[in-house]
Amino acid sequence: MDSSQLLGITTFTYLFASAIYIAALVFHNKRIALAGTLFTIGALLVQTAGLGLRWIESYQMGIGHAPLSNMYESVVFFAWVIVILYLGIEFKFKTRVIGAFALPLAFLAMAYASFAPIDKGINPLVPALQSNWLIAHVVTCFIGYAAFAIAAALALMYLLKSFTAGSDAVAGRFPALRTLDDIIHKCLVFGFIWLSAGIITGAVWANSAWGTYWSWDPKETWSLITWFVYAFTLHIRYTRGISGRAIAWLSLLGFLAVIFTYYGVNFLLSGLHSYA
Amino acid sequence: MSTDNSIWHFFASVRLALVTISLLAVTSIIGTIIPQNKPIEFYVDSYGPQAAQLFQVLDIVDMYGSWWFVGLILLLCVNLIVCSIDRFPAAWKQINTDGLRWTEDRLRSTPHHTSWQIDGPRDAVVRGLQEALQQKGWRPTSKVTNTHTLLFGQKGRWSRTGAYLVHVSILIICFGGFIGGIGGFKGSMVIPESMERDRIALFGKQEFKDLGFTVRCNTFDVDFYETGAPKDYVSNLTIIENGQEILTTDIRVNQPLTYRGITFYQSSYQGFQEFLVTIEDKAAERRKSFIVPFQQQEQWPDVGLNFGIINARTVGQSIVGAKLWISDGQGEPISEWLEKSDTLPLNLGGRDYLVQAKQLYATGLQVAKDPGVWWVYGGCALMLAGLYIAFFLSHRRVWLLVSDAGPGCSVLLAGSANKNRPGFARTMSELEQHLRTATVG
Repeated sequence: MDSSQLLGITTFTYLFASAIYIAALVFHNKRIALAGTLFTIGALLVQTAGLGLRWIESYQMGIGHAPLSNMYESVVFFAWVIVILYLGIEFKFKTRVIGAFALPLAFLAMAYASFAPIDKGINPLVPALQSNWLIAHVVTCFIGYAAFAIAAALALMYLLKSFTAGSDAVAGRFPALRTLDDIIHKCLVFGFIWLSAGIITGAVWANSAWGTYWSWDPKETWSLITWFVYAFTLHIRYTRGISGRAIAWLSLLGFLAVIFTYYGVNFLLSGLHSYA
Repeated sequence: MSTDNSIWHFFASVRLALVTISLLAVTSIIGTIIPQNKPIEFYVDSYGPQAAQLFQVLDIVDMYGSWWFVGLILLLCVNLIVCSIDRFPAAWKQINTDGLRWTEDRLRSTPHHTSWQIDGPRDAVVRGLQEALQQKGWRPTSKVTNTHTLLFGQKGRWSRTGAYLVHVSILIICFGGFIGGIGGFKGSMVIPESMERDRIALFGKQEFKDLGFTVRCNTFDVDFYETGAPKDYVSNLTIIENGQEILTTDIRVNQPLTYRGITFYQSSYQGFQEFLVTIEDKAAERRKSFIVPFQQQEQWPDVGLNFGIINARTVGQSIVGAKLWISDGQGEPISEWLEKSDTLPLNLGGRDYLVQAKQLYATGLQVAKDPGVWWVYGGCALMLAGLYIAFFLSHRRVWLLVSDAGPGCSVLLAGSANKNRPGFARTMSELEQHLRTATVG
């Protein structure tokens, strides 16, 4: 059993868990929902083992490094954090409905990692990546990104519920709008702190590698644009008391900026950040 | 009222902040799509002469340093300063407010208040409640009147400064960037092995800058993985000042060298079709490096040696082995293959030598001085602390009003928090439970 098999199993288990959560929502069945949680926990354990094994394998190859060094590894880590944060929310807010929207994100991330034409190999680190800041930077960024992903899933639920206004039976089973708004806000706050930390660790790393903490490289600039979008969102809520739909739309917009920072920049724009 | 006032309100408004943040976010996109700081011909070729002229006029070619972009950042800074000055006094009042001056009616208007009866004289009841509060980490102050005793405790009052700390941190980061911009420089230097340089080419200008000391590149080495990807770049550098060798050290990517506030970063390298031959005369304790073109003879007259590289072996772009020919003009010449890391002991005419021969490289260094960087780091640390305080800590206050009521006392528990109200509601119900059980009997 090697790490890629474990991660392959993870992909399908997340798909299955997504299906269970959606079924539980549609059929309004608590027992099915519990099965969703159990499956998700199981998949998370398999994925954790997969990540750990990949780490060990890199040491066996003599090029040991944390499994956070390229697009493939970062997407797998992204899915891992999404699931951990989702389970935290499920536990704290005692609702399993959100799983129908959050788990598919983890599945899509894993499916992208597994099936997209990206390098899945364990590669040795080029000199620029040989730094302890690698772990700090990737971990902080992806905790932030995962929180924003969940905020976007919740925002979608909010908008569905708010636009159907109780006329749709399924949307009617979503948590109350006020609860959704509250969880969205908590995700945004949490994500914003981690995104800030991610930008800062990136700047410190850039300064130790290249002698400049900020060079307006497209990746840096897009991370700042993302930061501005969420700073804007938090400010309108705090100071103008706007919540609800506006925040939900901005959460979706913010997540688009995250996707572009993470993914779009690598493929559409050129810059220093060409490895991941 | 007056124009001063309306200007003040304009700069203090959150609406201005929202507009500025939006403008910064949207305009920042331009520079990620249109490549920056290219020669004018590039823009003419890619976008046509008219667009190129427009870019020039609007400073799009260097938009992050343009007057209008820097102006937006300055506007945000002014907005932050004015808005903070405008709002801070109210927060300061909340921090220093004396909870003991609250009236019973006001306590009854807080979102969390309950009351109950306790038997016993007032001072005994108060003492019990005080102890119980202290067990939960509240350090209450008290005020006693003829009929009432009011206890007041608070936690996290300084958390009200969180948002201001974040705002100040942004100003500090901008200030650090400004300091670095006026007091620092960035450039590069290329030093072939065994050579020294004392000036750098500044970025974005056709100018050189004297370092005030000399840097020698003793050796440069590049290592590859089996896949052909680069593994390690190492330069061994010596700093020389006033003819004195001050220090010698290795630098790598992510492992720069700082001397007199100027930092040298390993950034690139260049391989030549020439060789670096280093010979050590063991008896005389002399050592010298020579740059030797391929298949040409070189000499070290002091020692009477002639030598050259007569053949070489390559893997990809890099030369991994060299065949050295060396003679002291008397005995039989020696020729031997040397790998790049080999040191060959030789005996020529009764004298011992150590010889190395490898492809000549030049190391490419980025050189930067940035006196603002510690301001930026300090600002970043403050920002994270401020965000944590602003979002996760709240100012929580509790009051206990103990009033004489017949044979016993009536107790009114009230509390308020400026954030995380559901969490505080739990805190309050736990506190009520604790106080009730602690004061029974």
